[in-house]
Amino acid sequence: MRVKYVLNEVLVGLWRNVTMTVAMIITMSVSLTMLGASVLMYMQVDQMKTAYYGEIEVSVFLTDEVTDGEREAINAAIESSALVDTKTYEDKAAALKRFQELWADSPDFVNSINADSLPESYRVKLKNPEQYAEFSAQIEGLPGIRQIIDQRSLLDKVFNIFNSIQVMSLVVAGVMAFAALLLVGNTIQVAAYSKRREVAVMKLVGASNWFIQAPFVLEAVVAGIVGALLGFVFLFIGKVVLLDGKLQALTTIITPIPDGNLWLMLPLLAGVGSVVSAVTAWVTLRFYLKV
Amino acid sequence: MIQLENVTKTYPKGSRPSLDNVSVGIEKGEFVFFIGPSGSGKSTIIKLLLHEVAPTSGKVVVNAKDVTTLRSWKVPHFRRSIGCVFQDFRLLPNRTAYENVAFALEVIGKTKAVARRVVPEVLELVGLGGKEHRYPHELSGGEQQRVAVARAFVNRPLILLADEPTGNLDPDTSIEIMRLLDRINRTGTTVVMVTHDSNIVNQMRRRVIEIESGRIVRDQARGVYG
Repeated sequence: MRVKYVLNEVLVGLWRNVTMTVAMIITMSVSLTMLGASVLMYMQVDQMKTAYYGEIEVSVFLTDEVTDGEREAINAAIESSALVDTKTYEDKAAALKRFQELWADSPDFVNSINADSLPESYRVKLKNPEQYAEFSAQIEGLPGIRQIIDQRSLLDKVFNIFNSIQVMSLVVAGVMAFAALLLVGNTIQVAAYSKRREVAVMKLVGASNWFIQAPFVLEAVVAGIVGALLGFVFLFIGKVVLLDGKLQALTTIITPIPDGNLWLMLPLLAGVGSVVSAVTAWVTLRFYLKV
Repeated sequence: MIQLENVTKTYPKGSRPSLDNVSVGIEKGEFVFFIGPSGSGKSTIIKLLLHEVAPTSGKVVVNAKDVTTLRSWKVPHFRRSIGCVFQDFRLLPNRTAYENVAFALEVIGKTKAVARRVVPEVLELVGLGGKEHRYPHELSGGEQQRVAVARAFVNRPLILLADEPTGNLDPDTSIEIMRLLDRINRTGTTVVMVTHDSNIVNQMRRRVIEIESGRIVRDQARGVYG
């Protein structure tokens, strides 16, 4: 009976103040969507780092006028370096072949290039890709080297973009969460005010604190969970529409988001949404109910 | 049953203490009037007994429990042994007489079945038999106060506190309410009533404790109103 009473109070409470409830749910869902997107992005970047960092190489491009002697010296320097894991040499023909494969879908572009316009290079895999700077210092300045390119720094640029998107969505999530908290607080205040007579009587006859507070707290929790469900739906739609649809081209760079990660967002958002709402409601009640 | 020992209560904004070193003891089954002019501190006593406010110094003991050291989460349970009636009835306007009384039972965890058995009985006791399904606005002031008394008494408390229960009622109705409180007192319930209705105090001839400026100035076993 008490459970039934509390649940009934929750529904009546949500309905009595329905515009506020809707506002609360919307802000909550936007905030949680942003949070979810940000967490997904974090996991994604992590996953991409492990996927790409194993593959990356340092490319040592040679000048067109490089002499055999210079090439030998460079080869020896790379070979003797303790930082190097493996190295391969790529001559002009191999470079062209690779280039043709890479740009296979734009034949005009490929045709405009001949083997002579591409530099020969050493592709070096470091034991630890983060030691690029040391490696670079070792061979820099040797005659015949045109340029040393660390693929990692290219990747890092990409990851930096992801990171800033992630930070941005976290900031938006934070701001929206703040708005959601204020709305939860306000809703609870209004609810407590509209039930002040009942609350006064309950206190008078000795109803326990949890019994007085539970309907209010649950009201906020229900709104939080509905907000989380909506947020999850937004995320899902976002993934389908953006990544699988409009931005599909990007998926050659971005490793696919595993469905498991996406589903993981459901308990995460529901948990964060309900706990945050419950705590806010409870704190608000401590000020406005004084049980 | 009730012990105040050197109780002083100063409200944060008041310069003068509302109660100034008050000591008084009330036995089980007594009927006690606290009288005195407005602002003399008599309502503060009710608040202290309910643990709505804590004394600035001194000790308040109710039902052999030291209220002063009562943990806040134990207060609700403590209040179940005290019934309370006020000048303004404090009924829920959107609930019938029956529902108002049943509400008090249900929110402390009693089942609907218990309410169905007990509520008609107590409404009968306060003389509202047949009016169970009226809303407060369909009842007279005296009848509303009877509902309030029924709600305070339905849980069979050891103590009934009444804060100016006749303050909003005409003299005839007031006397009816007093008869009701007297009847409840005869069941063994300790009744503590704060009032400045001289008529009633004079008729009842019960123990009278007069308070002035936060001090007890008179404590008479079968007293009259000054």
